[in-house]
Amino acid sequence: MHELTAERRIWMYRTMVKSRAVDDRLNSLYLDGKTPIFDFRAGILPGELHPSNGQEPCAVGVCAHLGPDDSITTGHRPHHVAIAKGVDLKRMVAEILGRATGLSGGRGGHMHIYDKAVNFGSSGIIAEGIGPAAGMAFAAKFRGRQSVAIAYIGEGAANAGAFHEVLNLAGIYKLPFILVVEDNAWAVSVPKSYSTSVPRNSDRAAGYGIPGEYVSGNDPDLIFAAAGRAVERARGGEGSTLLELQTTRLKGHFVPDALAYMSADERKAMVDMNPIYRDRLTAEGVLTNQEAQSLEAEALAEVEAAFEYAMHSRFPNPEAAFDCVYA
Amino acid sequence: MSSERTLTLARAGREAVIWEMENNPEVFMIGQDIVGTGGVFRTAEGLAKRFGRDRIVESPISETGVIGLATGAAMAGMRPLVEMAYIDFIGVCFNALANFAAKTHYMSGGQYSVPMVLIAGTGGGYSNAAQHSQCLYSLLAHMPGMKIVVPSNAYDAKGLMHSAIRDDNPVVFLYAKAVAGLGFLGKPHPRAMMAVPEEPYVVPFGKARISREGSDITLVGLGYTSVLALDAADLLMQDDISAEVVDLRSLVPLDRESICASVAKTGRLVVADEDYGSYGVSAEVLAAVAEKIPSALRAPARRVTFPDISIPFARQMEYHVLPSAQTIADAARAVVRGGA
Repeated sequence: MHELTAERRIWMYRTMVKSRAVDDRLNSLYLDGKTPIFDFRAGILPGELHPSNGQEPCAVGVCAHLGPDDSITTGHRPHHVAIAKGVDLKRMVAEILGRATGLSGGRGGHMHIYDKAVNFGSSGIIAEGIGPAAGMAFAAKFRGRQSVAIAYIGEGAANAGAFHEVLNLAGIYKLPFILVVEDNAWAVSVPKSYSTSVPRNSDRAAGYGIPGEYVSGNDPDLIFAAAGRAVERARGGEGSTLLELQTTRLKGHFVPDALAYMSADERKAMVDMNPIYRDRLTAEGVLTNQEAQSLEAEALAEVEAAFEYAMHSRFPNPEAAFDCVYA
Repeated sequence: MSSERTLTLARAGREAVIWEMENNPEVFMIGQDIVGTGGVFRTAEGLAKRFGRDRIVESPISETGVIGLATGAAMAGMRPLVEMAYIDFIGVCFNALANFAAKTHYMSGGQYSVPMVLIAGTGGGYSNAAQHSQCLYSLLAHMPGMKIVVPSNAYDAKGLMHSAIRDDNPVVFLYAKAVAGLGFLGKPHPRAMMAVPEEPYVVPFGKARISREGSDITLVGLGYTSVLALDAADLLMQDDISAEVVDLRSLVPLDRESICASVAKTGRLVVADEDYGSYGVSAEVLAAVAEKIPSALRAPARRVTFPDISIPFARQMEYHVLPSAQTIADAARAVVRGGA
């Protein structure tokens, strides 16, 4: 199992900063041209945008244990996980901006981020990536490899059929598979307390004969520890784990979201982990303030370069719409 | 040394599965009852003993999970075969197939392919009523990203199955139950039994077969209805009507050229399909003719399909509404007599 070294904590913080910078930049680009009257079609970034702001710890705490051979599928809110998995940032931003140089040549957009080089894929329909991740785990086990496969879902997806079917399959086939539930407490506007029959989805693991673990606090260090246990079980041939991570969806479901369905108290209670983690690392002497600043500048520069690349990339040839339907 | 045996469609298709599994360690099969019974339609008979349970994987009743799992294994480079028993069950996993498996190659810009074969039985005629007798291939053929195959005879079944397993896309391979040659669904139709070479061979997708040449009218069918069309052509001979029979073999890709070449020659057309009539294969065939050779028809074309009703249980009702050689021949006579 990986140790929680200073180096890994710095990587986690740096990746959280990078991910946040991508989402903040996308957020402002997205609204450009969509005010005062919001119109999905308008602006430089059309369609829906589901930013990951606030959920970065869930990505870095798990991905710190992974290598390129390990696979991830995720859902409609993929940016933070993609960045932590090492997806090509320039081509990812180009894809989100619908450019020919994007990972999918502009066919996918922000909900459909794929980078085969690091075994990463995402799908916009809730819960539908769970089975494919289990299949990647099946392939790894079949071939006798040590790699693991992880499906990321939101807590709302835990009430979809695929969640239950695939956890049962993972249980009976003993797959090197981890189902990560990011519990941001809201499925669009429906609170988990209303939609879900148990307070913790991790308790549902018992129904499938696999371990379940709940991690409170949206804390990268605690998530790192729990993910390490799950990855170790998977690599060691002990099967699957259901890992539920309490997190916070700072920007709501999609942009713009006024969070009108939340109470004032609920809105006020949302905590941004990024500055807290920074303070912890500096307080514990893992980073000096100066080091943190230069690390942040470096991450921002990387993000800036990715946006420069994307914004200067050409748009797809409309006829390319007809490519890639069949292999 | 080439040698041939007369095989049923089901056995011929299984022979291709066995060859591919023996020659490619990344091919595996997953589905319900495939270990204990060889599958409802015997598509996996004897395979568990031959290949072991790591490659013949019994599954619980979890079609969404199983298709999802197969999709992921295919994305990782394996070649899964999913045995799904009845195509009617596609309703419970349509999303996993049509929205994930079939779209992954496109949405990933060609990075990921999904070389997976979904095998199921299609069609009725044995009093299994509304939820176990449907064809539903038109529903699937409507969605881009999948290929759809419905063989009508043993030779094609084997060659098309080799093509399906080697294809890099999701392929839905449907055994028309009425001609699959399963004892418990009646005696094998003699036209579907065929001499099948022992060695592997491929029948390509998108190439219709002219299963009988004729000059007065074109009968287009697939699976069961292409067998019925041959029977209808025999009946039509009694009226001195020479019918040409086009067996589509695959719905996606669809061989529009062969359809139009035949209709251009005969000037008349009947399309026979066991699937529901509206918005289906028969409409697509008529559209191909209307778009490509609009002046070729000497008489209005006709369709013989399952009507737009749920499939009734009682034999008297089901046989009344199923396409038959007789109803196809009747439609053909009406076209020939009604035309110029």
